[in-house]
Parts: sequence; structure tokens; C-alpha cells
Amino acid sequence: MLSGWFVVLLSVAYGGLLFAVARFGDARADAGRSIIGANVYALSLAVYCTSWTFFGSVGRATSGGLSFLTIYLGPTLMLLCVGVIVKMIRIAKAQRITSIADFIAARYGKSQLLAGLVTVIAVVGIVPYIALQLKAVAASLDVLFDRSGHAIQLWGVDSTLLVAAVLALFTILFGTRHLDATERHEGMVAAVAFESVVKLLAFVAVGVFVTWGIYDGFADLFRRAAAQPELLRLMQPDPSRAGAWAAMILLSALAIVFLPRQFQVMVVENVDESHLKRAVWLFPLYLLLINIFVLPVALGGLMHFAGQGANPDTFVLTLPLSQGAQALALLVFIGGLSAATGMVIVETIALSTMVCNDLAMPALLRSTWLQRQKRGDLSRLLIGIRRLAIVFILLLGYAYFKAAGEAYALVGIGLISFAAVAQFAPALFGGMYWKQGTRAGALAGLLAGFAVWLYTLLLPSFAKSGWIDSGFVEVGPFAIDWLRAQALFGLDGLDEISHCLWWSLLANLGAYLAVSLATVPDALEASQAERFVDVFRHAQRAPDVRLWRGNASLQELVELLERFLGPARTRQQLAAHARSRGRSDWRELAPDAEFVHFAEAELAAAIGSASARAMVSSVTREEDLGLEEVLDILDEASQVRAYSRELEAKQRALEAATGELRAANAQLRELDRMKDDFISTVTHELRTPLTSIRALSEMLHDDPRLELGERRRFLGIIVGEAERLTRLINQILDLARLESGRAEWTAVAVDVGAVVREAMAALEPLFREKGVRLSGEIAAGLPSVLADRDRLTQVVVNLLSNAVKFVPGGSGEVRVGVACSDGAVRVSVADNGPGLTADECVSVFEKFRQGGNTLTDKPQGTGLGLPISRQIVDYFGGKLWVESAPGAGATFIFTVPLREPDA
Amino acid sequence: MKRGSPTRQRLTALGLLGIPLLSYPLVGLPGGTLADLPAIFLYLFGVWGGLIALAALVAERRGK
Repeated sequence: MLSGWFVVLLSVAYGGLLFAVARFGDARADAGRSIIGANVYALSLAVYCTSWTFFGSVGRATSGGLSFLTIYLGPTLMLLCVGVIVKMIRIAKAQRITSIADFIAARYGKSQLLAGLVTVIAVVGIVPYIALQLKAVAASLDVLFDRSGHAIQLWGVDSTLLVAAVLALFTILFGTRHLDATERHEGMVAAVAFESVVKLLAFVAVGVFVTWGIYDGFADLFRRAAAQPELLRLMQPDPSRAGAWAAMILLSALAIVFLPRQFQVMVVENVDESHLKRAVWLFPLYLLLINIFVLPVALGGLMHFAGQGANPDTFVLTLPLSQGAQALALLVFIGGLSAATGMVIVETIALSTMVCNDLAMPALLRSTWLQRQKRGDLSRLLIGIRRLAIVFILLLGYAYFKAAGEAYALVGIGLISFAAVAQFAPALFGGMYWKQGTRAGALAGLLAGFAVWLYTLLLPSFAKSGWIDSGFVEVGPFAIDWLRAQALFGLDGLDEISHCLWWSLLANLGAYLAVSLATVPDALEASQAERFVDVFRHAQRAPDVRLWRGNASLQELVELLERFLGPARTRQQLAAHARSRGRSDWRELAPDAEFVHFAEAELAAAIGSASARAMVSSVTREEDLGLEEVLDILDEASQVRAYSRELEAKQRALEAATGELRAANAQLRELDRMKDDFISTVTHELRTPLTSIRALSEMLHDDPRLELGERRRFLGIIVGEAERLTRLINQILDLARLESGRAEWTAVAVDVGAVVREAMAALEPLFREKGVRLSGEIAAGLPSVLADRDRLTQVVVNLLSNAVKFVPGGSGEVRVGVACSDGAVRVSVADNGPGLTADECVSVFEKFRQGGNTLTDKPQGTGLGLPISRQIVDYFGGKLWVESAPGAGATFIFTVPLREPDA
Repeated sequence: MKRGSPTRQRLTALGLLGIPLLSYPLVGLPGGTLADLPAIFLYLFGVWGGLIALAALVAERRGK
């Protein structure tokens, strides 16, 4: 007999240790250094091994021999189909799936109805399984204290209720720790992995103790057992159970994926897909190790307690106790406690998420109370609901345990749950690989399978507990023989689980396929089908934004997010989303299809995809795309067409850019050629005066006998040419400055009339010298223009000196006119010289183009005056041109625009 | 069309191979005992362990 207080203390200490592990896991997750590695992930999958494994496997082996192994062979084979699981994880991550109900609902058009149905099936199917865990803990306490009837009390409270309460507390603390409901539960996963190690060690310890402690190794144990015919039977294959064997492998292969807790740890809590590579062999190895000693312990127990009627479900405890190995018994007790608590914690978290998102939320969203709470922060309410759901589920489990009590052996209850969740298989696998599967088909299949399960498995188990009349099992309802619950249509000779599995899967699969083929999916279903089935193809691209059209408001969507995620997390996610789209501030984002998609995904992670869809469509005005259009968008050929259209557009843009580049290049070449021409012209122009200076200087230098008069004449020419050279260089520099835009300008109000008068006065001697008459006609009261006065003077002087050069001496005449017309001041300089041809009217403005015949006449100017003048007038916004005809003189005209009034 | 990863394909092949190996009628073959141990016990754990070892070999192979 063990001291009650010691056991309590030990349990509390173990709970504390678990608490510390979970706390550590959460702290590391918060610090961004996750402890969830490949090994922890693989061990967390071992939450599959519940107290049903820990205690029940031995019990099962005592009646069915090695058939208990099927429960672990199925998962091994399933896990090897790693592609299926990777696809599931990929879909769950892309769709922000939070539970298996969410997964199925999201696939079939985010249907709240389907999510609710899956949740109901899961809760109804799993509650007995939770009850089983409580029962196992209670039973192990009974054995430790050598009592019976689960009557152990602490402080006057039923110990099982206490266990349930502690489990609820632990689950609430680590399952709903975050106010935002979207985080992974890393602390919980760490604790579960730790518990997996504990239960394995405990079971192997008792196995070693029995095999080598009580007996003398495997060979001795098996040899002794073989001596007894009823035990020898357990050590031989039993071909009459071939059907049940296959059914169990199938059932457990489905359970490893579809049990809500397995889906939780395998898919939802998966941190990194690559962890699966370890899990694919480490988890089966774990299963193998925990099962190696099951048959030896079962046989050992049967031989040891022969004829005493001991409960085989508790052999792992009673065998050590019978040998006085109390420490080992305590270790086994802790191992069993680990197995039970691990299962209850994860299962309750998974179920509470489903109950909250898929039962409570839809009801709340419809309620008037929530409508009034338009602005309130609902994230706390969400957590509250989840905590309530945890307590509710555990209470349900406790109630079932109290009611069903001893009615069933451990093993029966577990398989009932397995058969319930197996109903998810057609809808889920069909949804992952078959685009034609529809919501109506999934609903029909689930309902049909669930109904058959209820009728052939759950209700008969109630009947066996004596809650309802067992007539429908024994003789059929209304004595209709072929409707007997566990021999439907006369199918007997099977065990009840296989019987239920085959009939329910037939009904389920049949309804799913038939109704799916007979119905047409709506647009959302079709697009979700595409995203699920072709997840690997879609994952490489951003979500197809063409699948959403409508109007949304950024503010409304953000408010919606704040209500369900809380303000802090909303800001955080918005900032991350803005960054991913290359914006520094989320307020700059447009409420476009991509943003709506982001908002819906964030919401889905908190309240499930079905409720998220409903909430988002309540604040946006969406256009119904229609099935045809959606199918067209999703159609691979149409996607290829869309890409090729994009490609074509890009190619056209590229061609346009190439054309522009080619034009720019041609322009550059032309400019380059002009520059070369300019330089050669400049060189030529500079060389002409230089040549004459040099020639005359040489003559002066070489001929000392030159007459003084001649010398004077030569020197005069040299000075004149030098002056011309200087002027030429100054003008080239001036032009270069003007053309490059580096010239300095002043802008003041200038009276053009005054400028012209000054220039005429300055050049008066030149005109008089050549005997040319200069007259001016300057209008009075001209408005001033905005210009650089010196530059303007330069232009007028240039035109006047040009005119005086080309008019004949004596009879020459130059008339200057200044007037105002068309918003501009117009200055004209008219001469009676030889005039210009139409070609010359253009070419005189080119650089170095001299007037007159440059071959015969000595050049009189630099050929830069007019180009410079034109640049200056252009700068003022005016125009400079010449009107002339050969023999009729030439009139140079320029305009300077008036200032805009008050501009 | 992209081919699935070779690791996944090999693992799936192991899984498919396991189905007949771990079901009746093959499981019905090993009767009697082998060195005092039940042959079915050795067979089941042997095949199971073999599958696990091969899976470990495939999954943990470097580079892929």
C-alpha cells in the first residue's frame, strides 16, 4: 500500500515539471528560438499513444493476441505516404487552417454548415475517448490504493473530477495563453513530447521488469506460455480474423490523420515541413518500441494471475505491485498519467478551437447582441469562449465516464472514436485530390456515414450500458431482422468495429461520390477546390487576385481585424503585410483584392475560414463572379493565355523602348557629327587670320629692307587680324556658354526703344564713315519686357553691324523700326543691300556661315553673330528671322514677348 | 509537369510494399516458433522494424 499523500505529491510534482517544460517552450517561442525541432515534432505525434495504448494494449493482447499491433501498423503505413501529409500541411498553411473542421469546410466553399457538422461528429465521437482517459487514471489510482469502484476521494471530492479540473486548468493555461488565437502552442507541444518520453520509458521499464525480472527473458516467457493451449492461441496467427485485421489497419491509418489531436500536432502545429522526414521513421520506431513488451506483459500477467480474475487492463500496474516493486509501479502510474494527460490536453485544445470557431462563432455572428457590439474588441471574447469550451468538453468527458463507468473495456471506447473520425476520410481525401467533389456531396457523405456509425456502433454501446433498450441490436427495430444494428443486411460474423467501418464507409463514400457527381459547385467551391487540389502549383504564386472583385474600405477591414485579433496584433500583421508589398505604411495600401485576401486569411487564422468569409463579405460589397468565370480564370489554359498576354504586352513595351533608344542614338550620332563639323569649321576659321598674321610677320622678319610705309600697312593688317581672332574666340566661348546653358542672365524690365536708340547712337560713327544713312522709327510708350539688357543690346548691335557691312557705301540705307504687336515688342532692321535667296534666309543662322561670297571676298565677320543672337532671342521666348529676296534688301526681325500682366 | 520528390516517392513505395507484407494472408504464414519465440512475433516486428530502418535510410540520406 502506498501513501495517498505521497502519490498526490508525486502527481503534483510531475504536473509542475510538465508546467515548467511548457513554460520553457513558450518562453523560447516568444524569444523567437523555437525548441520544436524534428525530434520534438516526431515525439509530439506520439500523443497518439494514450492511456488506451498504455493500459489497453495489454488488455487487448490477452484476448486477441498480436491483433493489437494493427492499431500501430496502420499509422506506420500512413506516415510513409508522406506526400499526402505534406500536401495537407501545405494546404493548411496556405489557407491558415486551424482545425480539421476548418480544413473540410474551407475546401467546400468555406461552409459554416459543414464546419459545424464536422465539429459535432468530432465532439460526439471523441468525448467517450476523453472519458476513457479519465477512467484510466481513476482505474490506476484504484490499483495503487487497492480499492475498487473509482471511489478515491481527496478533500471529499472525487479524485477523477479533480484530475479533470487540473487538466482543464493546464489546457487553459497552455492552450489559450495568447489573447490572439492564431499562435501555435509551442509550450503545449513541448510538454506533449516530454510526456511521450516519460510514457515510453515507463512502459519499457515495466516490460523489462516482467520479461527479465519475473521471467527469464523472452524465450523463457514464451516457452512457458506456449505450454498452455489458451495462451499458445495468442501466439499464433488467426486467419479467421483476416477481415478485422485489415479493417483495423485501415481504421488506424485514417485515425492517425483525422483524430482532431493528431491533425492538431501533425498539421496545425507543424513548424517546418522538413520535420516530417524525421517523423516518418522516428514516430513508427516509437510505436514499435512501446509495443515490443505488450505481448510479453500480457502473457506474463495471464500466467501470473491465472485464475484470480485480475483486470488485464491494469497488468502493467498489478504485476510490479505483486512483486513489491512500488517505485516501478509509481513510474508506471506516472507513465499512464502522461499518456492520459497528453491526449486530453491536445484533444481538448483541438476540439475547443472547433467548437469556438465552428459552433459558437456562427451563432454569435447571427445574434443581435453581437450586432450591437459593433466596435468592441472581440478577441477577449474569443479566448473566453475557447476556455469555456475546454471546461465544457472535459465536463462532458467526466459525465460520460461517470455514466458509462464500467460498461466497457478500455479498448472498445477507443475504437468507437476511431470509427467516428474515419468518416472524415472521403470528404477530406476527396477534397485534396478530386476537384469535382462538392459541398452537397461532402454533407451527404458525412451525414450518411455518421448516421450509420451512430446506429451500428454508438447506440449499441449505449444499449450495452443499459441506457436504452437493446432490442434493435438483438432482433432489429420492429423485429426487422435485416436491420439488426450490428448485422446490417445479415452481415454477421464480423466484429462490431469492422461491421461499422465497412457499412459506414460504403454509405459515406457512396453518398459523397453520387451527390458530388450530381451537383454543380458554386464559384467559391470551385476556386477552393482548385487551391486545394493544385496547392503545389498555386503555392509558387501569389493568390489569384482575379478571383475577387468588388468594393471594400480599408478602414472597415482594419476595424474588423481589430475586433477579432485585437489592436496590437492587427497593427503588427498590417505592418508585415505592407512591408511584403513594398510599402512603409499600411495606410497607403489600397483596399484591393490582395488586401481583402490578406484580411480574410488573418481572420481565418483566428475564427476559422467559414466565419472569416462571412465577416469579410459583411463589410465588403462583392461582385458575384459566377461559376463560369471562375472556372475560366482557374482553367490552366486560360492562365497560360493570361501569361502570354502579359508577355506580349511586355514585349510591345520593350519594342517601344528599343525604338526610343534607337532614335536617341541617331540623334546622338547627328550631334556628334555636328560637333565634329563645328570643330573643323572653328579650326578653319581660326587658321585664316592666323595664316595671314604669320605670313605678314614672316615678311617683316625676313625682309629688313621693307619700306616704312609698307611695314605700317602690314602691321595694321596684323593688328586687325589679331583683333578678329580675339573676337572670334570670344564669340565661340559665348556661344558655347549659351548652348550649354551656363551663360549668366539677369532678368529686369527693359525698355526696348531705349536699347535700340543707344545701339544706334553707338554705331552712328560706323555708318557715317561708310556713308550709310541710318534712320529709326521707334513707337512711343512701348511697354517694357523682361530681359537681360546687355544681351538685348548685343542682338541689336549685331543686326546693325551686319546691315552696315552688306549695304553699298554712299547709297546704303538702314531703317530700324520698333513697334508693339501680338503681345510682343517687334524690332526690325531693314537694309537695301543685295538681299538673300530663300536658302540663304535659313543658312545665315548657321554657325560660321558668312554672308556674301566667302571664296572671293575677304570675310568681314566671324559667322557667329547671328547664331548667338538667335540663341539670345530664343532664351527670351521670342523669335529671330529674316525676310528677304535677292536684289530687294533684307529685313531682320526679332520679337520679345511682353510680360504677362502681374505674372 | 514537375515530378514529385524522389524521397517522397521512395517512402510511398515502402508504404505500399508494407500493405501486403503486414496483412493476411502473408501474416498467416509464420506459424510455430523459432528459437522458442513465436514466429509471428518475429515476423511482424521484423518486417515493421525493416520498414522503419529503410524509411530512416531514405529520409535521412544527405543531399536529397
